[in-house]
Amino acid sequence: MARDILLEMKGIVKNFPGVRALKGVDFSVARGEVHALMGENGAGKSTLIKALTGIYTKDEGTIRFDGREINPRSTLEAQKEGISTIYQELNLSPFQTVYENMFLGREPRNSFGMVDRKTMIQESLRILGELGIHVDVTKPLLSYGTAVQQMVAIARAVSVDAKLVIMDEPTSSLDTKEVEVLFGVIRKLKAKGIAVIFISHRLDEIFEICEHVTILKDGALAGEMRVADIDQLQLISYMIGGEAKQLERTKGDYELQSAPEVARMTDIQQGMRLNGIGIDIKKGEVLGLAGLLGSGRSELAKVLFGAMQPDEGEVFWMDKQVHFKSPKDSIDLGIGFCTEDRKVEGIIPHLSVKENMTIALLPQISKMGVVSSKQQNKIVEEYIDRLKIKTPSPNQAIRNLSGGNQQKVLLARWLCMNPKLVIMDEPTRGIDVGAKAEIEALIQELAGQGISVLMISSELAELERNCDRVVVMREGRNLGELCGLEINQDAIMSIIASAGGELEKGGRLQ
Amino acid sequence: MNKAGKTREDTVALLKQYSAFILLAVMLLLNLIITPNFFKVGTLWNIITQTCTIILTGMGMTVVISTGGIDISVGSVMALAAVISAKSLETVGIVPAIFLGLLAAVIPGLIAGFMIGKMRLQAMVVTLGLMMGVRGAARLVNDAKIFYIDGPHASDYTVLGSARIAGVAPVQMIPILLGIFITWFILEKTILGRHIQAVGDNRKSAMLAGISATKTLMFVYIYSSVFAGLAGIVSAAKIGAADGNTLGNLAELDAIAAVAVGGTSMSGGRAKVFGTVVGALIMQLINITVNMNNIPYEFAQIFKAIIIVFAVYIQRDKAA
Repeated sequence: MARDILLEMKGIVKNFPGVRALKGVDFSVARGEVHALMGENGAGKSTLIKALTGIYTKDEGTIRFDGREINPRSTLEAQKEGISTIYQELNLSPFQTVYENMFLGREPRNSFGMVDRKTMIQESLRILGELGIHVDVTKPLLSYGTAVQQMVAIARAVSVDAKLVIMDEPTSSLDTKEVEVLFGVIRKLKAKGIAVIFISHRLDEIFEICEHVTILKDGALAGEMRVADIDQLQLISYMIGGEAKQLERTKGDYELQSAPEVARMTDIQQGMRLNGIGIDIKKGEVLGLAGLLGSGRSELAKVLFGAMQPDEGEVFWMDKQVHFKSPKDSIDLGIGFCTEDRKVEGIIPHLSVKENMTIALLPQISKMGVVSSKQQNKIVEEYIDRLKIKTPSPNQAIRNLSGGNQQKVLLARWLCMNPKLVIMDEPTRGIDVGAKAEIEALIQELAGQGISVLMISSELAELERNCDRVVVMREGRNLGELCGLEINQDAIMSIIASAGGELEKGGRLQ
Repeated sequence: MNKAGKTREDTVALLKQYSAFILLAVMLLLNLIITPNFFKVGTLWNIITQTCTIILTGMGMTVVISTGGIDISVGSVMALAAVISAKSLETVGIVPAIFLGLLAAVIPGLIAGFMIGKMRLQAMVVTLGLMMGVRGAARLVNDAKIFYIDGPHASDYTVLGSARIAGVAPVQMIPILLGIFITWFILEKTILGRHIQAVGDNRKSAMLAGISATKTLMFVYIYSSVFAGLAGIVSAAKIGAADGNTLGNLAELDAIAAVAVGGTSMSGGRAKVFGTVVGALIMQLINITVNMNNIPYEFAQIFKAIIIVFAVYIQRDKAA
């Protein structure tokens, strides 16, 4: 069956300083089609969407929409063409009423030139009703839950005559019943001939609602096919599999069966992301957490570090139960945490390399609250040397360093504390191959010294190279573990795929 | 660093960093040319006496603003500390009176710190409330009347505003230098100073590095209030009267202006203690220039406005 193409993007290239975010991507969506756009973090999904909706200007390539070439320079221009976007963080005004939100920026006027509230209310009721949503439109938007707010956003998009609606992770904060309502709305849009680009990390949802899927990887097209033609394992391997091995596994088989346990977590429940997972980490072990985006890996790390409190479940440190109220408690016991998002949760941008490195160590090199700059300088120089951090001076503001060097400073922040366990969330993301090899070598060196490492990575090859054991997660659960030589990309992917279907239905709370 | 390696960006950065100092130098030069009798020791003493309030409140404000907050209650806190210390002087003596005044200043600081640090309310709103509430309290203490410092112990108090060190330098030198030194020391040398700037620069990162943002913020608002209290006492001592109605009116704005001109970012991060001192001196120099040249005071306000906007403009952070 020939597709009636609505949107056709060809050879889209977008460069950012130092990065080629999109390397000539082709992407097309047919009329009335629900099209999944998939890919891990950094694959280029949001860059592609932003190039389409006018937030970024593409460097190369063409966009044809509804039969003619378009070059939107703002979301408003894109909207005028008939492309509407529903963001994760809804860009509606929560204190205004539902109907005001529906008509924000295009309020109808009555014959006196005043805002015509009566028409607004009637129209809102009609449009929402068509989508099967029945709410009191005169109430402020915030009096409804996320799901209804999302429906309002969608209804708004439809009412501006959208031909294409983009939904960026619309289900990430919805419960199972709300997801069903959303899917109902999507089916109604489809029936009206409106196309939907659906971005989600939940595989089951892709298979339930989407007909077509486009997969991006590292800024390039990894695959484009009908959903009916593939299964979950194939989809997963398009997303994360098939990486060229740049570096080799240095480790042999698993030898830590009898090593003492450092930390253990049991039956951890947290929000919607962790559903009764348990893990344990042994002394000197590099434990990997594998799973797709949104599988709860980072959340689990945050619970262990005390940055998030579990709703249920227990955390043990050296066989003693602990309740970390804040990261300070876990840091005191010897845990360090290199976060996934260095910019937002890692560096303190305007402070120097020296200050960033020693911020957690300060109490140990101070007398009566006064920092000994002699000791501080000594430690900073030692680690700049040991980790080969490239900085013009220890007093350079950290934001002026490259990503790899920033990461090394953050690693040094914990290493100088003589930690027992270091959690590393995507330690090599956005780092060039050279620095990557250095960081991986360092991880092995730490493990050799008896320091445990909990490593989260979306790059399966990286887990395969570095880990003694890998725990595979999906929907906040532990699906299985692989030890030593069992660890390989295919095995991890088939474990992830094995749990399709029933898990997500039962897994989500409420 | 060698000179040859400097690029144009480095020069611009350097100019930015010292913009407040350059501005001060330009204003001094200008005054040397246009203002008669400017180059006299007396002028210097005048400047010192008159900038005392701005520098003291500015020190507290520098610390608060470097956490990304603001404290607009300092003017009212000045009045409260002044009235309480002046009124209790005759009953308890000078040292306990000052202590009581400063203690009264700690209370609004504690409230602000708790609400902003613990309850995470907005600094602007919390200190706006305190600005009104504390002003009311200051007026209530003496039934909204001016309290004249008069009695057997009066000279113990007024000496704090009028004494001359070695017969020449105004006594205000002491709180100014102490205030600058303590603030600089805390910010540059102590753990607390690192925590203050880390919380202001990136609260999330700071908390994930084990820093308690709550405790840090509690400290900075108490610090700001104590300095405001001290400024209030010194001002009352100079005038010989404590007026709960007007003392410290708009002092918060001068303090914020000094911090802004001095180059501390309003969104938090790097604190510039000496920048604030220079900012305070610039503000005061404008007053003096206008004064000594018989220009109406209203022009001083306009100049100040221009200087503030100009300073913020050249220091703006394009790299963010």
